Amino acid sequence: MSFFHVLGIAGSAMGAQMARMNTVSSNLANAGVAASSPEQAYKAKVPVFRTVFDHASEHYRAGVKVEGIEYSRKPNDRRFEPSNPLADENGYIYMSNVNSIEQMVDMTIASRSYQSNVEVINTSKKLVLSTLRLGQ
Amino acid sequence: MPLLQDPFGIHGQALKLRDMRSTIIATNMANSDTPNYKARDIDFRALLDGTGNGGTMQMSHRSHIQAAFGAAGGNLLYRVPSNPSLDGNTVEMDTEQSRFSENAMRYQATLTFLNSRIKGIKTALKGE
Repeated sequence: MSFFHVLGIAGSAMGAQMARMNTVSSNLANAGVAASSPEQAYKAKVPVFRTVFDHASEHYRAGVKVEGIEYSRKPNDRRFEPSNPLADENGYIYMSNVNSIEQMVDMTIASRSYQSNVEVINTSKKLVLSTLRLGQ
Repeated sequence: MPLLQDPFGIHGQALKLRDMRSTIIATNMANSDTPNYKARDIDFRALLDGTGNGGTMQMSHRSHIQAAFGAAGGNLLYRVPSNPSLDGNTVEMDTEQSRFSENAMRYQATLTFLNSRIKGIKTALKGE
């Protein structure tokens, strides 16, 4: 019964999308954070997804996993604010490089994918149960 | 008596293939956001007819890498996307969703056929 494996595959995708939601929420929470140097400034986190093939199985099936969390390489914005206590000797502060709009879009995609996978699990569960009732 | 010799006919094989296809589509859906993932599917009719073994590779040496995936073999095809994305991913969520529910519905239909077949055999055996 491959439908049991479907549960695992969709489950792995739900986990990955959840991890993505977590990065989105920490990025959004830190969208307005300033720092005194570009090194200290907050860098947006980006999850990296990778397909995990089940080579032990003779069937084609693959889940997904979060291989790692990378940091956005976009340069941090510099802003001239001498009155800010965080400002460096030249009066600049460095903002986080989070783009809130991109993050919102990412959040929508993640939640849509999560929902689709929940539907996959629900359908598979129904089919497994009716297969078990076969001939009764 | 043909009913008892091959009680389930083509439906047994169809159920197996539907089951296999559900995993492939679920894999596509799980990887809808993985860069460079290529969506795959099987040619159901070719597999059911048994005519679709054209692409299976034979291993002539034991150190060869196995290219085929079990029953799907060389029939595991790549989907042609209508809107390819920049990250090399060819999964289109709406296509996959509709294919998945179509596959689930057809699986359910096969189950219904099997159920009525079993009921028929039971009635025949009881001879009421």
